[in-house]
Amino acid sequence: MEIGLAHYLAVGAILFTIGIFGIFVNRKNVIIILMSVELILLSVNVNFVAFSAHLNDLAGQVFALFVLTVAAAEAAVGLAILVVYFRNRGDISVDHINLMKG
Amino acid sequence: MADLVSNITAMAPEAFLVATALVLLLVGAFGGRRMAGPVNLAIVVALILAAVLTLRGIPNGSLEMFGGALVLDHLSTFGKFSALIASALSLWLAHGYLKTEDRLSAEFGILVLFASLGMLIMVSANDLLSLYIGVEMQSLALYVLAASNRDSLRSSESGLKYFVLGALSSGLLLYGASLIYGFSGHLRFEGIAAAATGSGSIGLIVGIVFLLCGLAFKISAVPFHMWTPDVYEGAPTPVTTFFSTAPKIAAIILIARVLFGPFHHLVSDWQQVVIALSVLSMCIGYLGAIMQTNIKRLMADSSIANMGYALIAMASGTAQGLSGLLFYMGLYLITTLGIFACILAMRRSEGMVEQIDDLAGMSRSKPGLALALTALLFSVAGIPPLAGFFGKYFVFMAAVDANLTWLAILGAVASVVGAFVYLRLIKIIWFDEPAESFVPASFAQISLAGISALLMLPGAIWLLPALAKWTQIAAAAMFVHG
Repeated sequence: MEIGLAHYLAVGAILFTIGIFGIFVNRKNVIIILMSVELILLSVNVNFVAFSAHLNDLAGQVFALFVLTVAAAEAAVGLAILVVYFRNRGDISVDHINLMKG
Repeated sequence: MADLVSNITAMAPEAFLVATALVLLLVGAFGGRRMAGPVNLAIVVALILAAVLTLRGIPNGSLEMFGGALVLDHLSTFGKFSALIASALSLWLAHGYLKTEDRLSAEFGILVLFASLGMLIMVSANDLLSLYIGVEMQSLALYVLAASNRDSLRSSESGLKYFVLGALSSGLLLYGASLIYGFSGHLRFEGIAAAATGSGSIGLIVGIVFLLCGLAFKISAVPFHMWTPDVYEGAPTPVTTFFSTAPKIAAIILIARVLFGPFHHLVSDWQQVVIALSVLSMCIGYLGAIMQTNIKRLMADSSIANMGYALIAMASGTAQGLSGLLFYMGLYLITTLGIFACILAMRRSEGMVEQIDDLAGMSRSKPGLALALTALLFSVAGIPPLAGFFGKYFVFMAAVDANLTWLAILGAVASVVGAFVYLRLIKIIWFDEPAESFVPASFAQISLAGISALLMLPGAIWLLPALAKWTQIAAAAMFVHG
């Protein structure tokens, strides 16, 4: 069986869905949310690289590199905020992030 | 080389702000707490200078820079100018607030500056990559600003919530961008526009919907609004001021750029999505606002509803609609800054208060500020002689001319509910038993509230035609393709 564009897109879509579910279904802790966010960004990268190879166009791969860089910055900011939150709350359970209702 | 120089000249405001940010970051790092105040004030001045710089050297038509990644036209100039002025004024308000709270730090201003830089890129984005970089540059700075009061649990919780939902929205946006790239074969907007003719492939449509969802988070349109009241309540009040002004206008101009640029052939496809977002935002925004007891949460719901009105104009899909949208956002910006200047003046000797009931008797303890706040609230409710009415009027006219009369009628009905929300505040200010009075307001608060209230009054008759003219020129920039 030949692995074509559709297979890559399916992998991307599955990873994306797992990421979204990881954010909404998880009730344990915030680190898992951060991991899910990374998963979403990686699924997008799979899409971009697959399309880029399919279209014979380098722009998609350049985009993927940018996404990797921004994902690193985003993880840094997210963890920093999480550390500040943990210092104030002493706990990073998702169920307990409820000081303000919403 | 000559190309690079001309590109950087065209981006003079951005280049100036980058240089300022780097220098002031060092000054802040080495100067310590002593330099924090001067650095923040210097950034206010730098933002205003950059806003003035944007008005100079606008090309006729549009000028593409860096191989077409960014574009300079009247629309981006309008966006840059208003975002920079809003950032500068909210930082000015923040400076006074932080000084009183004894929490001045140089980083605060630097973060506002970087967020504004992100907005400048957003409003001039001309390809999916610069769109993404602009959005992220703005958002990463905003997440940190929301959590900027490190010792407060509420502030860090709001930062965390904003971060998680913001990261999710960038994920949606990116997934949409990847589909659009795949099904059109281009990142550049012109390329996408050339590919997105006729009915558009299903992949492209799914991509647009994902992209729109991601961007709807940034303007907090229903159903992507859950974070707004919590973040607005938890973040320090001047940060809330900033959130509800500058990023909103940058994001909505970015949406307009995407929808009216690469996807102008697919109006009938994206129109339904925008209409749905608009109807939900207006209704749920104002219904939520009825219940609120906290003034910052109320302002959050009010901003959600206001975005609904802006989206009515967007849904019409015409040049008239875009100009109505910009006009509405311009007035929204001025009013919101004024209202938040009044909210920041709600300070008793023991600290800030943010309950709506705390406004009681403001008419007696602070008649000037109460008068200004009343004018602003009447304007945002859309009561006729005030400027806010004309904002809504242009929006509704655009919808009627685009055969969306039912949407305009729905907007008018929702604004009745909105009027109840704002009139309740006015009733508390003027007729309720006085609560304990506030400490004297600062010069920044009084002048901002006063000036924005004066601009809303019928006396400032020169403002509306001038603003309308500018928004028409700006809107025309998106319709050169005919």
